[in-house]
Amino acid sequence: MKLSILVNEGPYTHQAADSAYQFTKAALEKGNEIFRVFFYNDGVNNGTRLTVPPQDDRNIQKNWSELAEQYKLDLVVCIAAAQRRGILDEGEAKRHGKGEGAANIAPGFRISGLGQLIEAGIEADRLVVFGD
Amino acid sequence: MPTLHMVNKSPFERNALQSCLAHALDGDGVLLFEDGVYGAIKGSSVSGDVEGKGGVKIYVLGADLGARGIESGRLIEGITVVDYPGFVDLVTSHDRSQSWL
Repeated sequence: MKLSILVNEGPYTHQAADSAYQFTKAALEKGNEIFRVFFYNDGVNNGTRLTVPPQDDRNIQKNWSELAEQYKLDLVVCIAAAQRRGILDEGEAKRHGKGEGAANIAPGFRISGLGQLIEAGIEADRLVVFGD
Repeated sequence: MPTLHMVNKSPFERNALQSCLAHALDGDGVLLFEDGVYGAIKGSSVSGDVEGKGGVKIYVLGADLGARGIESGRLIEGITVVDYPGFVDLVTSHDRSQSWL
């Protein structure tokens, strides 16, 4: 079955980012297709490459990036939510004059608009929402 | 057209579970996960609400029970413990999922 995932909570907040990751992984391992994972509101904080959790803790951003690489996932961060929280790709960093090396979007993630969430809801058989 | 209701907050923190149970229809399923698993414990001030929904099947995520040290012997009679693959099956076997955030 084709599923889309919406993540509304940041990592290391309560548990929603962990639940969304574990659910997505289990769905893929059972042979389902993940049309898209959309990160909205504080959920965009899952997509910064600058997090440095303790080595004996789970690395939520790295988990997403590795899952994306393994399964060619489409991880989309909402642009308006990302700009407010300082999540930038090369283009956005340049456009806002943030200087060289300011881009911090994690591997496997891309920044796009809310239309991508609407499309994810339309195209998938189920939209599963994780948040606070 | 059964709906899967997903509840991730403790009923002792918010009223999401109570709202959910008030809206759930016969044939629907309710999955308790994250802090929502506290709603699955028998003998609490909210367990009567859960037991009273005869036509609604209640599920609880085993990993989140374990993380909170809740053993299966403490669960309300008739609640089904599922793992993450079981969670996926619940989503695909219901027509839609509703997260009570």
